Amino acid sequence: MKIHEFQAKQILRDAGVPVLRGIVARSADEAAAAFRELGSAVAVVKAQIHAGGRGKGQILEFPEQRGVQLVRSAEEAAHAAGRLLGNRLATIQTGPEGQTVRQVLVEEGCDIARELYLGIVVDRAAANPVLMVSSEGGVEIEKVAAETPEKIFKEHFHPRIGLMDYQVRKLCQKLQITGGSVRSAARFMQALCRAFVQYDCSLAEINPLVVNRRGEMVALDAKITFDDNALFRHPDLEQMRDLAEEEPAEIRAAQAGLSYVKLNGNIGCLVNGAGLAMSTMDIIKLHGGEPANFLDVGGGANTEQVTEAFRILLSDANVKAVLVNIFGGIMQCTTIAEAVLAAYKTVGFNVPLVVRLEGTRVEEGRKILAESGVDIITADGLTDAAQKVVAAVASSPLLSKRQVP
Amino acid sequence: MSILVNRNTRVLCQGITGKAGAFHTTGCLNYGTNIVGGVTPGKAGVTVEGVPVFDTVSQAVEQTGADATMIFVPAAFTADAILEAVDAGISVIVAITEGVPVLDMIHVVEVVKRKKATLIGPNCPGIITSEECKIGIMPGYIHQRGCVGVISRSGTLTYEAVWQTTNLGLGQSTCVGLGGDPIVGTSFIDLLKLYEADPQTEAILMIGEIGGSAEEEAAAFIQQHVTKPVAAFIAGRTAPPGKRMGHAGAIISGGKGTAAEKIDALRKAGIEVADSPADMGQAVQRAMQKRRALKQES
Repeated sequence: MKIHEFQAKQILRDAGVPVLRGIVARSADEAAAAFRELGSAVAVVKAQIHAGGRGKGQILEFPEQRGVQLVRSAEEAAHAAGRLLGNRLATIQTGPEGQTVRQVLVEEGCDIARELYLGIVVDRAAANPVLMVSSEGGVEIEKVAAETPEKIFKEHFHPRIGLMDYQVRKLCQKLQITGGSVRSAARFMQALCRAFVQYDCSLAEINPLVVNRRGEMVALDAKITFDDNALFRHPDLEQMRDLAEEEPAEIRAAQAGLSYVKLNGNIGCLVNGAGLAMSTMDIIKLHGGEPANFLDVGGGANTEQVTEAFRILLSDANVKAVLVNIFGGIMQCTTIAEAVLAAYKTVGFNVPLVVRLEGTRVEEGRKILAESGVDIITADGLTDAAQKVVAAVASSPLLSKRQVP
Repeated sequence: MSILVNRNTRVLCQGITGKAGAFHTTGCLNYGTNIVGGVTPGKAGVTVEGVPVFDTVSQAVEQTGADATMIFVPAAFTADAILEAVDAGISVIVAITEGVPVLDMIHVVEVVKRKKATLIGPNCPGIITSEECKIGIMPGYIHQRGCVGVISRSGTLTYEAVWQTTNLGLGQSTCVGLGGDPIVGTSFIDLLKLYEADPQTEAILMIGEIGGSAEEEAAAFIQQHVTKPVAAFIAGRTAPPGKRMGHAGAIISGGKGTAAEKIDALRKAGIEVADSPADMGQAVQRAMQKRRALKQES
């Protein structure tokens, strides 16, 4: 689960990680009031959306407006907030259509001596969390990792033990942080590592991490992602979920116990199992088609779930054909065949449907489809299924003239 | 021969009185697996499909001599169930449960390694030695005794691969689903070592997916230490970065873990990579033929 910057900073503040003072505003007036309340000479108005790259991002309605704006008066704060709120911010991560800004963070200004990068993730190979720091703050860390990996320093830490003092000293030496700043660094890094474990994070990223002129570390930006599997033990975090930031179809799928990711193609896919679902996307592409989504109905989907899956697929206006690919293990092919027919009747199809069944009770499943009289293109094997669905899309304008098989 | 489990393996089911536990206990019994007991705290004395149920794993081990277990308890209790099995001296622990918190697995994997037990999963279909012992949720009938060792991070995609090798008449020695989570108990490399030493296994099929670097590490290991022919497939070539594809581990983050990188590493290590998921079985066949041709030349 992703959260906003202002929420991440609240968590950090509670955990003892130094952050700047800031106030959330949902209107221009609130932004002006926030500026006055902060009482600093300069402040920054920051669009709050889940995607990164806001500083360089562009407001579609005001192309010269960036997602982060330095302001020097309450009027300027109101002006910037007015341009951000309710408008769409397009960043490198949102795609060209952008994401609507519903709130801004008005934060006090900060003097900056150095900008660093700091991030924590779980390192799979080492089976431990790893703290990564770099002297190259404020830029895309992926770029640093690809071009100058020697500028990224790592220390693994044990969740129960946390980051040790010597590890902080090692990192400080590499970052050329000396004197009293080492103590500030220890406080910052150790608190962040503790918060990472305490809240079951899968990512905590501070970019940039600022060292001010007094040599103290402060989080200028903050990004936190929680491990969805651990949310059950953090019921308090649930209120931080912002459904407005999520793809509506993905929310709907999650509620039905389905795993769905919207993509940009025109072939809707309904598959059981994540690996097979990814492979189905791959084989469609291999045969010249474009998948419209990833959709895993899971191992034991029932009629209601399959029906909901079809509804979600068909709610995507780009979808010109649907491919159902099921390798029945626990799920019996007869169950899926009946569910497909039931969904077909209740949802009302207007695009070609290709079905490939394999696995438990496959013969009976195929028979159910064949005898239903419903216009279904059956496929034998993965390649055949992909070829047929790609062909169906190609002939889609002639849909009304298509013969019932 | 086979790896890890065979017809003599004595298997427990933790969470046997739950819906999934009971259902798959039946499935495994029907396949011929030697299921000797079940564990559900507070349910000692009842039986499921004629299998006696115990309160604790240690009691079950004492009374049945079990040496393997499959775990179907809910995600919140899975770490506890795995550690209980380790504590009772079980050597092969198969955790089917999906949705286990990542930080839980950090502690669990540490203990499992220290006690030299084998943990498969979590979030996996299990392990099966064809026509001998099925511990997990895979459909038994697609498997056939044979020569291919299958290792996979996926579930149904593994069935697809198994089915292809069965239809080609190659069959499988043992087939293991590693699980789709970021941290799992067993790696490709752990199993490559076992397959390399197993006389029944003549070739190895590895099924990977986007996310992490397990496939790259396996490729490096194969180049150094595996003499048997290896084929591979990587799912998720078309997956966009930053989007989690169902499995908690299947995500391209920070530009790392792409299918292209993995395929490149595998090919450089001399592994036969299937471009299409429909070509996994034939890729194994090609890898075996190439090896034979090489041997004849030399």
